[in-house]
Amino acid sequence: MKQIAENPVYKFFLFPIGQIIVFSLGASLVLSLITVLLAYIFKFNVTDFDLVERTLLILPQVVINGLTIGFVYSTIALGYTMVYGVLEFINFSHSEIFMVGGIVGIQLMAYFEHIGVLSTMNEYLVIGLAIILAMAISGGLAVTVERVAYKPLRGAPRLVPLISAIGMSFFLQDFVRLILSLTTGEFNVILPKFGTFDEFWVIAIPAMANPLRIQIKSAIMVGVTIFMLVLLNFLVNGTKVGKAIRAVAQDRSSASLMGINVNQIISITFLIGGALGGAAGVLFALKATKLDPFSGFFPGLKAFTAAVLGGIGNLTGALLGGLVLGLLEAFSASYLGIFTNGAFGAEYKDIFAFAILIAVLIFRPSGLLGETVGQKA
Amino acid sequence: MNKRLFALLSLLVVASMALAACGAPAATEAPAEAPAATEAPAMTEAPASSGGESMGTIKIATQSPLSGGQSLLGVAIKNGAELALEQLGGDLRGMGYDVQLAPYDDQATPDVGVANAKNIVADPDILCGVGHLNSGVMIPSSEEYHTANLAFVSPANTNPVVTTRGYAEVNRVVGRDDVQAPAAESFAFNTLGAKSVYIIHDKTAYGQGVAEFFRGAAEADGLTVVAFEGTEETANFDAIVTPLVAAQPDVVFFAGIYNQAGVFFKQARDAGFEGTFMGTDGMDASDLADIAGDALTTGGGMYYTTVAGPASAYPAAAQFASDFEAKFGAPPEPFAAQAYDSMHVCLLAIQAAAEAAGGMPTRQQVAEAVRQVTLDGLTGSIAFDDIGDLPTAQYFILKVNAATKDDWGKNEIVDILEVASPGMGE
Repeated sequence: MKQIAENPVYKFFLFPIGQIIVFSLGASLVLSLITVLLAYIFKFNVTDFDLVERTLLILPQVVINGLTIGFVYSTIALGYTMVYGVLEFINFSHSEIFMVGGIVGIQLMAYFEHIGVLSTMNEYLVIGLAIILAMAISGGLAVTVERVAYKPLRGAPRLVPLISAIGMSFFLQDFVRLILSLTTGEFNVILPKFGTFDEFWVIAIPAMANPLRIQIKSAIMVGVTIFMLVLLNFLVNGTKVGKAIRAVAQDRSSASLMGINVNQIISITFLIGGALGGAAGVLFALKATKLDPFSGFFPGLKAFTAAVLGGIGNLTGALLGGLVLGLLEAFSASYLGIFTNGAFGAEYKDIFAFAILIAVLIFRPSGLLGETVGQKA
Repeated sequence: MNKRLFALLSLLVVASMALAACGAPAATEAPAEAPAATEAPAMTEAPASSGGESMGTIKIATQSPLSGGQSLLGVAIKNGAELALEQLGGDLRGMGYDVQLAPYDDQATPDVGVANAKNIVADPDILCGVGHLNSGVMIPSSEEYHTANLAFVSPANTNPVVTTRGYAEVNRVVGRDDVQAPAAESFAFNTLGAKSVYIIHDKTAYGQGVAEFFRGAAEADGLTVVAFEGTEETANFDAIVTPLVAAQPDVVFFAGIYNQAGVFFKQARDAGFEGTFMGTDGMDASDLADIAGDALTTGGGMYYTTVAGPASAYPAAAQFASDFEAKFGAPPEPFAAQAYDSMHVCLLAIQAAAEAAGGMPTRQQVAEAVRQVTLDGLTGSIAFDDIGDLPTAQYFILKVNAATKDDWGKNEIVDILEVASPGMGE
């Protein structure tokens, strides 16, 4: 058994993928069961149609929607949680790093369209190039932000870099707005039309009237994020750099005594977190089809919440937290209106999702999987 | 460490949300002249002398979103007013006044609008104003104008509350949502033959107001409302769209602004909704076609009602359209012609008040003069009733024939209604 656990294929490939599958299926199953149970309870409330039937009709689609956005939240949440792991403050400018990634990705596609090669290029190549460029620029931006706004405050009380992060967030929003108005003159950045990923795979489910419809871009979003999560797992747990990151997270001064270049490791952490955020930005842009300089704020806030929900500082926790939050949102937005017969609609989805979040944090104050690096404070 | 840090963090999250709502501070030029004097300065040193002598400066303010997602329409308002001031300000200039435009950016945000309004009323040279685009911004901002007796003419605000407060200073040159939304509903029910409708709004004073009027009319007609939702979401509508597609309504009515609606329409169409989209005048921007693409022309297509018809609906506006394009390099977006007319009203009122007062008029005199103005504007004949509404306003129903921005002009008018203002009543 121990031999299997030490086998690198298992450790760095099978185990994390298994974990992701278990988390997605587990969270979906638990929420689905609760929803169906609630459907039976609320059945008397709705007279126009059979509530249980209506619930089951859209259930698979709701799960898919929730998982799709959940994986995006997870990828952004990893950026928050990694920085918290090593520096113990919340890098609020991460939501803007994410937004910059999305805008850079769209602008690259718009550039391809401008020079007339977009329609002839392989669409997956275009997306791949956009993701790589966005990762490079977002990663570089994150490192720059760290150098400019956080490094000079390294010894200061923890709230000081936090304020600096919030300031940086506003600065980046308006800076991007300025650049966009100087270059394109447009406030909305709109994804050009190309490729076939707007189409759906229609999967008929036996005993279900509605077939399941999975949009190809949702599949791309999920596939790319899973790939990156596995890669990150390998980077953190299987390489020397990863070991150094973990050492710095556990005890910065001891790590430096052991010959680890702490400043360099912190920069690398920001680079990785920023690159993940940039990639998530491009994937989000595929779905949203339109971004503006303020688009990062709410997804960033949700992802931060997801990181706290899973246990901030805990990489696995960020993954689980993102999935749970995405599913919670999708379930509450889709079902609130149906269950309450229109008294509460999708507009209250955030209240509902966050109320559950508060309930979880009351019973598990350090998040679903617990905080891993809080002990020394 | 946990409790304290988390308490602080949660506070900070709340604070950052609040900060984000405020956005950037009012980035417009704040006129820094003696703010105490709300009444116009009495510059009456023997005014009856020759026309060449300067009689002082008169400023006319505009307030509309010049930056942000709705700036396309907001800039159109500013430019329309600017063109009117340039072409029609000659009479006042001939009387010796230096007439200037004072544009303000309300960022489509109530807080910014009110902050600008305070700056506007503090500038004694401003005697009249044109704005806003958003009813949700106009309503709180006009409280400031009302207190300072400053006349404002709205080129775009359709929420009934704008005028039903009965303020003597607040006027508009367009119709009202309590006529517009029922007109849309009647079109859906009678012309399209819809049996069920899904209503969604953007949780603003404008969107929710329109949605409520639509729902009221639908319930009166026996049109089934399958859901009534509000959302601030701008990117990922999956969770809302899934139950929508399952409910299979004939019509989806979106009460809001194009930059949010476009994404929603695209995602709903992608997810398999085959019915008809409808909306009100917030949809009337060419960017909608860029964002939503062929979601607007496939399936049941898309219709919208508006109080500001396309250029072809206003024969008198042909010259305006070519002048506008020559000056600003783009054809006028909706509400530009209305802004032109609003500015025209301001200029005529100031002129009449100045002639009556024999010198620089007070704000109160201008506000009274606005209600007396009658003119044949670009968008039809303009006069105001006792609450500042047009006695009879035009309402248009348009069918979208555009899947790209450049085709927006191909939208065709399906119907034009002339409806009397409901006045103060419900």
